[in-house]
Amino acid sequence: MAHRWINNLTRADATPKSVYLNRRQILAGTVGLGAIGLAGSASANTLEPNTLEEITTYNNFYEFGTGKNDPAQNAHKLVTSPWSIKVDGLVDNPGEYALGDLLDGLTVEDRIYRFRCVEAWSMVIPWNGIELADILNKVGVQSRAKYVAFETVVQPENMIGVQRRVLDFPYVEGLRLDEAMHPLTIMATGIYDEPIYNQNGAPIRLVVPWKYGFKSIKSIVRITLQEDEPPTSWNKANPREYGFYSNVNPNVDHPRWSQATERRIGGGLFAPRIDTLMFNGYENEVAGLYAGQDLSVDI
Amino acid sequence: MRAKTCRSTSEDSPVTPSQAINGALRKVPAWTVYIVCAIWTAWMFYLGLTGGLGVEPINALEREYGELALQLLVLGLLVTPLRKWTGVNLLKFRRAIGVSAFFLVLAHFSVWAVLDVQSVERIWADIVKRPYVTVGMVGFVLMIPLALTSNNLSIRKLGAASWRKLHKLTYPIAILGAVHYLWLARGFQWEPLIYLAIIMLLLAARMKWERARAMA
Repeated sequence: MAHRWINNLTRADATPKSVYLNRRQILAGTVGLGAIGLAGSASANTLEPNTLEEITTYNNFYEFGTGKNDPAQNAHKLVTSPWSIKVDGLVDNPGEYALGDLLDGLTVEDRIYRFRCVEAWSMVIPWNGIELADILNKVGVQSRAKYVAFETVVQPENMIGVQRRVLDFPYVEGLRLDEAMHPLTIMATGIYDEPIYNQNGAPIRLVVPWKYGFKSIKSIVRITLQEDEPPTSWNKANPREYGFYSNVNPNVDHPRWSQATERRIGGGLFAPRIDTLMFNGYENEVAGLYAGQDLSVDI
Repeated sequence: MRAKTCRSTSEDSPVTPSQAINGALRKVPAWTVYIVCAIWTAWMFYLGLTGGLGVEPINALEREYGELALQLLVLGLLVTPLRKWTGVNLLKFRRAIGVSAFFLVLAHFSVWAVLDVQSVERIWADIVKRPYVTVGMVGFVLMIPLALTSNNLSIRKLGAASWRKLHKLTYPIAILGAVHYLWLARGFQWEPLIYLAIIMLLLAARMKWERARAMA
């Protein structure tokens, strides 16, 4: 473990399987602050994880279609075994790693995070994952490296969205090295202690909870350490609307919709809008990364 | 519109498919369109309430209503070309199709304003700041005079010529609807482009006929 951030949550804070399979009822603790919302106190910081059904049937994974339910319908075609990840660029130990070898000896942690889509909907997801810093330390980051680039698998024959060229695939994303090394940044391999579903980015995906969801690239097959800022898919598709940073920021609107509020999935037809939090509620943890940057410019 | 067109009854020749369709449609009253659209709208709302539209029913409902509205607009534009190209005559349904399209747009707008955006301030901000909302809103507003004059009394009062002129607004409305759809799509998506292409083709066909008529 990288040990720069203490996860105060234990398994007992997440929703027991018997409950989440039925309907979420139990209040889970707050990530980051460690305040645990027991005794049913309806504190603003209380996180109530979404159900597994919600998490696995409402997804954006354009390789499998643009409808929210398309990934759930089509992602079974994704071949996830065997799986290897190419690690290259400015690293001490480059190579094509079998997934098991890359993660061998690293600790899988439980992280209940808010997940905020750029389309102004959100969820709370109980991830199981490994700090990206652990993986990067394992492969050895060289001092010249400033950025990490990621790439999603392309299996054209299994991916209807790739055939339709919805985006310029393969999907690519990137982080600045300090963002990548931040203890909140994980590579998720599970949700609710089950192996992560294909529509959620099996077998391994990035989770950066203070950024819009599209930064958290799915089904990763390549990690490259480099000196220059890597291209990112949505920025390439529409640079006016999607920047490299894409931090959750209620004060900077997307050109086509406001980011001031969001709707938590699971509230039904009359779900209220809730205020979006700066850095998706992780301001205490990550604001320091952007000291001196104008976040209305570095979008 | 002209209420009835005279048709030459087919003599002894066998009944063509379009004649068969027209014969069957003659027995269907025009108000069937309203009933079907109302039931469908209510049914979708019920599905949204009961989980049938997935875990995020608000956007799903918005989309269902918006898409049917666009489909009805296209269907309304198709009535004349369909008669010219295939002989199938849907003319008596056209008013009901157009007015139903308006009600679906109204339902689409209502879901967006009340269930989705949820505040007058934000509704106004979206209309002013978001071009795709502005475009949709303009289309909606343009439909209001058409819905209000979709009755025989209005045709008489306005006179057939100026009534027809007013109702040519249907074309810009349909284009605005398709652009609205295109603009809100993320990435490259076919569906809105297909709608836009069909509408442009129908508009081109209409313009060709009008030019031919003007020259005749």
